[in-house]
This record gives sequence, C-alpha cells and structure tokens, in this order.
Amino acid sequence: MFQAFFVDPFVMIYDAPLFFVEVLVSGLMAGVMYALVALGFVLIYKASGVFNFAQGAMVLFAALTFVGLWELGVNPWLALILAALVMIGVAFTIERVVLRPLVNQDPIIFFMATIGITYFLDGFGQTIWGSEVRPLDIGIPNEPFMDLAEMTGLYINKFDVFSAVVCSLLVALLAGFFTKTKIGRALRAVADDHQAALSVGIPLKTIWTIVWSVAGIVGLAAGILWGSKLGVQFTLALIAFKALPVLILGGFTSIPGAIIGGLIIGSGEKIAEVYWGEAMGGAIEDWFAYVVALIFLLFRPQGLFGEKIIERV
Amino acid sequence: MERKIGETLLSVDHISLSFGGVKALTDISFSIREKEVFAIIGPNGAGKTSMLNVINGFYHPQEGEITYKGVHRKQMRSHEAAVQGIARTFQNVALFKGMSTLDNIMTGRIIRMKRNLFWQAMYLGPARKEEMENREFVEDIIDFLEIQAIRRTPVGRLPYGLQKRVELGRALAMEPELLLLDEPMAGMNIEEKQDMCRFILDVNDQYGTTIALIEHDMGVVMDISDRVVVLDYGKKLADGSPDEVRANQDVIDAYLGVPH
Repeated sequence: MFQAFFVDPFVMIYDAPLFFVEVLVSGLMAGVMYALVALGFVLIYKASGVFNFAQGAMVLFAALTFVGLWELGVNPWLALILAALVMIGVAFTIERVVLRPLVNQDPIIFFMATIGITYFLDGFGQTIWGSEVRPLDIGIPNEPFMDLAEMTGLYINKFDVFSAVVCSLLVALLAGFFTKTKIGRALRAVADDHQAALSVGIPLKTIWTIVWSVAGIVGLAAGILWGSKLGVQFTLALIAFKALPVLILGGFTSIPGAIIGGLIIGSGEKIAEVYWGEAMGGAIEDWFAYVVALIFLLFRPQGLFGEKIIERV
Repeated sequence: MERKIGETLLSVDHISLSFGGVKALTDISFSIREKEVFAIIGPNGAGKTSMLNVINGFYHPQEGEITYKGVHRKQMRSHEAAVQGIARTFQNVALFKGMSTLDNIMTGRIIRMKRNLFWQAMYLGPARKEEMENREFVEDIIDFLEIQAIRRTPVGRLPYGLQKRVELGRALAMEPELLLLDEPMAGMNIEEKQDMCRFILDVNDQYGTTIALIEHDMGVVMDISDRVVVLDYGKKLADGSPDEVRANQDVIDAYLGVPH
C-alpha cells in the first residue's frame, strides 16, 4: 500500500521524465480549456454576483448553432460570426426578459432564474438543431507534432496546442478588457449594489448585455473546442460542472484565478490519473478535481484570488 | 466664492405616486433654487424618500411633471438623472462593500469618463491619461472629506459614520449640480453630525452645489437650510424659510398632534 502510493509513482516519474512532461503538458492544455469554461462563469459572477447555472447550456447552444449552420452549407467563418451574433441576441433577450424585471432582487432569485434559462436553452437548442451527436472537425489534425517527436521523443498533440493558443488569446484579451478600466469597476459596482450603481449613472442594462454577450461568445469558443474533442452533444452542457472546482480553486471573481485554477486542476487530475490511478482503482480523473476543491474550501473559501468576504457585525 | 441663490434649478409640479392602492405622494409641488440648501422634512412614512426617488428616477410618478434645468419631463430616468448632474446618497448607505474607498469614489467618475471601449481595453494612450486625471480629481475629494487614511480600506469594514462620508464622496465625484442627501446624519453621534454639517455647508459654499436633504434632526435642519418643505402622509403641509415653517400651525399639529 505504502509502496503503491509513495514510492512507485515517483520511481515511474524518475524512470521516464519525458513521459511525465507529456502528461503534464496534456494536463495543462486540458486545464486551459477548463479555464475557458470557467471564464464564462467568472464574467457573469463579477457583473451580477450570481452563479450562472446556464453557462453550460450556453456552451451547448452556441456549439449547436455553429454546427447546425455549418451543416446547412454556410461557410464556417460566416457560421462562426452568425453564431456569435446569435449569442449576442440571446444576451439581449435574457437581459430584457429575465434580468431587467429582477433588478435589486436577491442573488438567489437570479440564480433560480438562470436555472430556468438552462432548461429553456437546452430544450430550445435541441428542438431547432436536433439532439443527435454531431462530429465537428475544424481542420486541426488530432495528431502529435512528428518533427518534435522525432527530435526529442516528446509527443505533443497539435489540436491541444491550437486550443491552448486560442484560449490564451481569449483570456488575455478579456483580462485586459475587464481589469483596471472603468468597465471593470462598473462591473464590480453592479455586482455589489444595483441601486447604488444606478445612482452613479452606471447603465445597468448595457453592462448586463455586454457581459452576457461576452459570456456567450466565450461559451461559443469553449463549445467549438470541446465539441471537436467530444462531438457536439448534450454532454457539452455538463462540461460546465468541470469548471466548478476550477472556480472554487481560483475564486469566483478573478479572471487570472480562473486560468490558474484551470491549469492546476487540468494538470493535477492528469498526473493523478496516470501515476496514482492504479493504486486507487482507476478512473480517479472523474472525481479528483472535486476532492481538491473540497479540501480547498476548508482552507481558503474565497479561492486563491477571490475577494475576501467582509461583513461588519 | 460669494454664495448667491439663483433661479429655479428643479421644480416638481403636482406629483402623485402610488403603489397599487397605496398613495405615497399626492399632488406635491415645490421648487429648488440654484445654490440653496433645501430640506425635506416630515414624520416617518411621510413620503420624503419617495420624493427623492422620484427626483432621481428610481420611481416613476403616475401624475405630474418634473422640470430640471428648464426641461419638462413626465418622469426622470436614473441614468439620465446621473448624467444631467443629479447625485444622491441613501438612507441606509448603499456602497459597494467589497471595494476600497478609492474604488467606490472612482465609480462616481464613470459617467465623466468618455474614452470608448477600445482604448480602455488596451488601457493605454488616452484612456490611461483619463484614468490618471480622474484619479487626481478623486484624491482631491478624499482630501476634502479628510478620509486619506482609509483610502485602501474595503468600505464594508468601516464604521457607519465613515461609510456615510465615503458615500458623500462618491456623490461628489459625479460633480453634481444637485445633490440629494437622504438622512445624511442618521445614526451619528454629535461630533460626526457636526463634521457632516460642515462638509455639507462647505460643498454648498465651495462648489456652489445645490443641496436637497432629508433630515430628522430639527436643530440641524433649521440651522443649515435656506428653505424647508414639510410633508405628511404624502401631502405637502407647508414650505418656506425655516422660521415660517416653524410657525405654521399645520406643521405643529403634524409633529405634536392635535387634541381630539
């Protein structure tokens, strides 16, 4: 027992360091993709103090729309733009129909409303586009860089690198967009107190529409990347729950937190699976992240980068 | 600067507001003149806060008209009110609790910052310069309100009196022409009240800001306001100078009760 947990894994790492690097890299790449999903949550949480249960449904809906349009014969680039526009449309509708009547209500009310949105989007998307699994091939081969493999013996997957690059770009863009500027401040203000935000002239509706649009577009990116890995199907909506431990680790209000949380969870679960999986009976990848999150909650409930909760009594 | 009370800045005419069957305000008219300190008083539930909410667009009255800077409106919209220079504070302090004092006051500058999304996203060039300028403006307010020491403290951690001061700072950051203060001195001790009075009068004096305030402390109201309007059960009882109002029989009855 002791041998299996504390000796063998390290011996394996020592014997095959290249393999360890491969595992680590593929874990980090998966982590970036978790971060992308987590980012959608963070944006909305920052702007409304609400956990958006519908983020997963938005990922699914966006991916379905993209694939559906493409299958209808629309040029993929055009389909991408159209799908982004549809997500902006969804944001407008949600703001108008769901959020606006709820101004100044408790966060729990908003949370319930996002559960409603989830069911609607899940059903609506599948009603329009059907519910069968659609393969999605965006033209990036799912194979390792052969040159690199021949030279160093490292197998790094092309598609993983591509998605990591896309995710990093998006994340960098958003981080710049939402920190340090008046928009960032307006977001936090809106999240904190609707009425006070209105009184200093922050246009609540505009902020919400912007944030939900951006979350929708981030969802589209996540949907396409995950979709080409897993196929576009209902399980995409469940990917969102993989973002939960990432959020708990990184903090619900922090964009860098979402990224670092994603990297830790992604690489952690891959390494745990490969080296400790056997000792624990396999398939620990499925629950490892949640356990890490639980342990984290005990020590840092606000996450690595989250805002500390202050209450004057 | 010589303080001179000028023309009418804002007037409300025959405002009525009800929530379902409950009448919050009935046929209220008064006007606030430039650069004056105007007080709205009345017993609990008289409709004072509702009146402020109508002025800055949180409530939309069913009847009546609001004239601000010569423009007639059926109702204000809160964003428009803010852009047009109406700032306010709240009865039970509505600050952004997780944010620092500095950030809270900076939110007041949002409507004064004009650079578009693109520049801000890049955070360079004009947007950066603009951020700096606004920061300077806010630092002046912090000096004025004597809250330098708590600049970086999250406001949720501050004592109540200081929170009220930060809230005033946020309103001032908007460079308001009309400042609405909802019970600025509620829950304060005498010293804090004196400080707050001083700030209000200084704002009025130095920046020429028109001030409309709701207050329960009659001593304060009579001391600092130029004119007073009295509400009771959503109706106007009287308005005029503090002395006139003090002598009005209806007002005395409302506050002290009448023998039956």
